[in-house]
Amino acid sequence: MTDHVGKPIWYFVGLILVIMGGIIFVTGIYLFFRPTLTTTVLAETHPNLWWGGVMILFGVVMLWKVRT
Amino acid sequence: MEAIGLSIVDWIIIIIYFGFVLGIGVYLKRYTTNQEDFFLAGRKNSSWVAGLAFLSANLGALELLGMTGNTFKYGMYVAHFYWIGAIPAMLFLGIYMMPFYYSSKINSIPGYLKLRFDEKTRVLNGIAFAIMTLLVSGINLYAMALVLHTFLGWNWDVSMWASALTVAIYVALSGLMSAIFTEIIQFFLIWFGLFLVSVMGILEIGSVNEIMARLNQYSPDVSLTTLWSSSIDPTKNGMHVHWAGIVLGLGFVLSFGYWTTDFLVVQRAFSAKDLRAARMTPILASFFKMALPFIVILAGLIAIALSVDPKSGFQLLQDSGQVNYDSALPLLIARYYPPGLTGLGVTALLAGFMAGQAGNISAFNTVWTYDIYRAVINRNASEKNLLWMGRVSTVGGVLISLVTAYWAKSFPSIMDYMQAIFSWVNAPLFATMLLGMFVWWITPAGAFWGLVTGMVSSFFMYLAVKFEWIHQSFITLSSIQSDMAANFWRAWWAWLICAIVTIIISLFTKKKPKEELIGLVKGLTQEIDDRNIPIVKKPEFYAILSLIVFILLNILFW
Repeated sequence: MTDHVGKPIWYFVGLILVIMGGIIFVTGIYLFFRPTLTTTVLAETHPNLWWGGVMILFGVVMLWKVRT
Repeated sequence: MEAIGLSIVDWIIIIIYFGFVLGIGVYLKRYTTNQEDFFLAGRKNSSWVAGLAFLSANLGALELLGMTGNTFKYGMYVAHFYWIGAIPAMLFLGIYMMPFYYSSKINSIPGYLKLRFDEKTRVLNGIAFAIMTLLVSGINLYAMALVLHTFLGWNWDVSMWASALTVAIYVALSGLMSAIFTEIIQFFLIWFGLFLVSVMGILEIGSVNEIMARLNQYSPDVSLTTLWSSSIDPTKNGMHVHWAGIVLGLGFVLSFGYWTTDFLVVQRAFSAKDLRAARMTPILASFFKMALPFIVILAGLIAIALSVDPKSGFQLLQDSGQVNYDSALPLLIARYYPPGLTGLGVTALLAGFMAGQAGNISAFNTVWTYDIYRAVINRNASEKNLLWMGRVSTVGGVLISLVTAYWAKSFPSIMDYMQAIFSWVNAPLFATMLLGMFVWWITPAGAFWGLVTGMVSSFFMYLAVKFEWIHQSFITLSSIQSDMAANFWRAWWAWLICAIVTIIISLFTKKKPKEELIGLVKGLTQEIDDRNIPIVKKPEFYAILSLIVFILLNILFW
């Protein structure tokens, strides 16, 4: 899929994971300081922070793998 | 149903997703210059790209809402769809069938039937596949609308049209190429968006063992937590099916019929850059397929465990007095995901539906253009004309799926509907393909009439039970049964009828000369010479690894 297409598919995967993971992570920081805004079950574990972080990490690895 | 509100962050994530997939369609249009680019993504994909797309095309409504909902309804037995109902067939496709498909350079499965048998068998299968694809596509739209309705409070009509138009735009722009690109993005979003549900469920309940213990306590007589140990007596398992129905109906006919002959998934392997990559496509996909129950089945089991605990406050939605099983996964997302993650969860569901929808539409436009339009309507169509027809049929296919979506809505569970369709079309086709690929003396007349008889008999069995002309136990050979068990058994009988009729007619009709069947039939085709390839690079090596994991999983959850 890379021979005739400018960017490989893995670039797009990395990009969207970094963007979405970044938004979720930043939201997690905001909710960390305003915990009363969250009413979901297990909100005290701050899933936005660690899951957003995992997404960013995965996305960065993919972008790094396809760097030119 | 009540709508669940989304925050501004959730909306931003959803809008980014829609913008991203539409942007990819526009970006790839400049690289879609001929019919091979549009219908086969240029045949330049690696086995990883083709393999993930192969699996992702199957990750539609069926795999997400449908399977989680069915786990709530039937218990752990739904995992059979991922293991015995997929893995052996995927490996068989990679090892035995792909060399015939790929080496004959066909554009579609009906294209193989034309080479192996004749034009009328090709057109018959092309029409049946086109109809089935649009019906299945309707299910995807229905499921998308359910999510949008549940989470956003949109009405059904707006939901279906908004989702369908997005898929129509990016598939019409660059065909299979954009479908595969977006399918891979969707694959990752589905994993990141939904696996967290299982993680959070385990955190809340305590452990997987605790989930199983709660289910066994809730249902001590009918097992919801085993795969095989309760299959001798259909009254002892949630699906009310005998092991023979699972093995013959699901594990053999439905599974092989879908994974080896359904052009929706096989088309992704056709886009591989060489024969080895094409053979590796379903084998690589099999590893990811085996992992999917850790999203959907586990989520379904968590939903049961929570719903039987009054303190949890978790209950499925009711729709006109009926339990809506397909609401299990959206409600778990709403339970665990704070703002931001909710947007990701909704995006993951949408991604699944759109991957399935795009898969159906890209397969439909290929079969329509090559096997119906060029074969029957315009035999002298130019390359430019075929490319134009591919785009027109994409939009037309989406519009027809919108109509079928309303029919899908009338079924209590979308999975039952899907299996009913597969047993009409895929089950008899698998008999035709298997006999055609491995028995040289099967004739065009035998294949055609076998296929017709198999399809008609399956449809007749469905109607006969639905309108109570016969009792369902006549098909399932058991006094107790579920709709799912009936689907398994109906598929088995349709396969058997097709195979018997094909063989009998072939014995008395004119055979094709052997020289016309070289490259199409085992025994008349040169075997692949891979003596100089290291063992760790052979598809067979990875197929054996996959088989070992498959066996271990079945033993673990016996």
